[in-house]
Amino acid sequence: MKLKSRHLLGLEEMSAEEIGLILETAESFKEILERPIKKVPALRGLTVANLFFEPSTRTRFSFELAEKRLSADTVSFSTASSSVKKGETLMDTVKNIEAMKIDQVVIRHSAPGAPHFLAANIGASVINAGDGAHEHPTQALLDLFTLRQKYGRLDGLRVVIVGDIAHSRVARSDIWGLKTMGASVAVCAPKTLLPLDVSQMGVDVFIDLDPAIEGADVINVLRLQRERQSQGLLPSPREYHRRYGVTLERLAGAKKGLTIMHPGPINRGLEITPEVADGPYSVILDQVLNGVAVRMAVLFLLSGGEGGIREEAEVRGEAGIQ
Amino acid sequence: MNPSKMLLIRSGRLIDPESGRDEQADVLIRGGKIASVGKRIKKPEGTEVFDAKGLVVAPGLVDMHVHLREPGREDEETILSGVQAAVAGGFTAVACMPNTEPAIDTQETVRFVRQQAEGAPARVYPIGAVTRGRRGEELTEMADLTAAGAVAVSDDGCEVVNAGILRRALEYASMFDIPVISHCEDPMLSGTGVMHEGYLSTVLGLRGIPAVSEEIMVARDIRLAEFAGARLHIAHVSSAGSVDLIRMAKARGIRVTAEATPHHFTLTDEAVRGYDTNTKVNPPLRTAVDRQAIRDGLADGTIDCVASDHAPHSSEEKELEYDAAPFGMLGLETSLGLVLTELVATGVLSLTDAVARMSTNPRRILGLDGGVLRKGAPADLTIIDPKARWTVDRKAFRSRSRNTPFDGWELTGRAEATIVGGRIVFQRSPDKK
Repeated sequence: MKLKSRHLLGLEEMSAEEIGLILETAESFKEILERPIKKVPALRGLTVANLFFEPSTRTRFSFELAEKRLSADTVSFSTASSSVKKGETLMDTVKNIEAMKIDQVVIRHSAPGAPHFLAANIGASVINAGDGAHEHPTQALLDLFTLRQKYGRLDGLRVVIVGDIAHSRVARSDIWGLKTMGASVAVCAPKTLLPLDVSQMGVDVFIDLDPAIEGADVINVLRLQRERQSQGLLPSPREYHRRYGVTLERLAGAKKGLTIMHPGPINRGLEITPEVADGPYSVILDQVLNGVAVRMAVLFLLSGGEGGIREEAEVRGEAGIQ
Repeated sequence: MNPSKMLLIRSGRLIDPESGRDEQADVLIRGGKIASVGKRIKKPEGTEVFDAKGLVVAPGLVDMHVHLREPGREDEETILSGVQAAVAGGFTAVACMPNTEPAIDTQETVRFVRQQAEGAPARVYPIGAVTRGRRGEELTEMADLTAAGAVAVSDDGCEVVNAGILRRALEYASMFDIPVISHCEDPMLSGTGVMHEGYLSTVLGLRGIPAVSEEIMVARDIRLAEFAGARLHIAHVSSAGSVDLIRMAKARGIRVTAEATPHHFTLTDEAVRGYDTNTKVNPPLRTAVDRQAIRDGLADGTIDCVASDHAPHSSEEKELEYDAAPFGMLGLETSLGLVLTELVATGVLSLTDAVARMSTNPRRILGLDGGVLRKGAPADLTIIDPKARWTVDRKAFRSRSRNTPFDGWELTGRAEATIVGGRIVFQRSPDKK
């Protein structure tokens, strides 16, 4: 089985079968990450360019690591050091990359639709590493992977996403991915941080945290950007923490076996307290580890690799010959 | 043109909303004016004949909202190239907005536009700015502007945000009996939005411009116009709420008129999926409910005219991320085709009403000559083939720019010929004579 598209631009249109394929493939790669020689030749000879127009440490590292583990040649470009500062447009950057015959491009950009723009204008496969508030599909995929590892399934799980939904690409990708895999999803935020008509995405909407926590299996806590206050969306971080901060006290009424997630980076003490982030419910570090395996799976499948157990055995075999 | 040159338009279906005429007849043109209208006019010696069998003959269409980028952005459009696009679209006249660089806010700049338009194949009526530099602070010298040929005032591109200034502008403009054309938008509500705020903007992650940004200013501007006893024209109506407000205002006898663009009665925010920047316009494409309300408004006359808001942009500027691209799309060469395909063929408008929205009404609002198929009237006519099937090919556009979302669309109906001052300035198939 293969993925339908040459690109990974979002999860909105992705089928349950395709998501399942990525998660299964990620499982094989996770196993490889446990070995002393953590490398497979799957992408050997291919060149992957990481275009990070927005600052990012963990996602970039995660992709670079995934690419190197697959034996790809990687080149990275980030805005500070790039010609974008000299006024070069996205189109020019795109044409330059095309001229260099890159096979896959991983792009993070502040403008929604930037990956679509690339995909329409170059021959390479494009992977969206976050485009403005639109989608962050590999984050959602690693969230799904992490939950499936813990619960053995995604079907029927109740997941609540708490935080700045309006500006969150993670929230959007999570909503699409979770719903496609049969989970029930709710969002919780102050009204000013809820995008218009969000319930039309098929989610329950809460403006109070306590009723949202009740019955939740999973709480995914999103980072609050402090500048939302200067944008007139919130009166103060203090009030946000009072109403929506995920603390041990607020979790008193929560289900047994509750899972706490966070895409990072964390504002300790604001949207989540250290006790919760570092506590027994938290899978935050697992998310980070799983990110590499999931990104390896995505790069592999988009390069034309076929998923499934048979392929996994070949990958193992090749690595053995190394 | 040669004063004695004659042109006989034969066997066309004459549609003249002003007189209520809808019948097969001939039109004889002499010396730039209509010499006679009637059944089977005898062809005088030396008369050119245009065979209009199967075609509609209408008083020349007028697009009262276009952006010609001269002075300042001649790379995007000049007055001449814009008018060439206009006549190819069937228009015998256009009214152009003053948001050029510099703005058309003095008699000199009004005269400049008219001068540049002198050799052009269609008539160009400049719209002057409401405030100097369109900055929304000081009134322009409207007596000078109108004496130089401005037919209306507008700060289009922006709203006149200061209600006190708009009130005085309405009072002052009313002395010259010109309409103030309002681009209704509250910039504080629109913020940095790039598309309609709704479910689609939520899904696409783009910042939205809520309908209420337009609606509160429509409501405000209508009340100010009533208070000032002035004529108000609402540009590019995009929301159902605005249509309702205009309907109520007209029912109360307030002197407000309105226009809508073809893209607002054809497309919705769904078109933004895929992030094609040719769909990025202000006011934005809204929902199916809004689109329907605009169609209903055109049908019942709440919206008086179709005006394209033709907004050329260079490829470099449009080939950017959605957030960064400028607002605007072309309109002159697709307007009539969309009216015929989306409104007439579907029964929303009769051909007579369509001609009224595209010719009679804009002329009335701007006080322009012509617009009737009657002896003595200027010979500005549009010959329409309502059945011609064609595919929009933006590479063939006469405009200097290419920013249209309708490339590749199959439309039914378009201009077969455009006649200005008795001269055929555009003809689709040269073998019609």
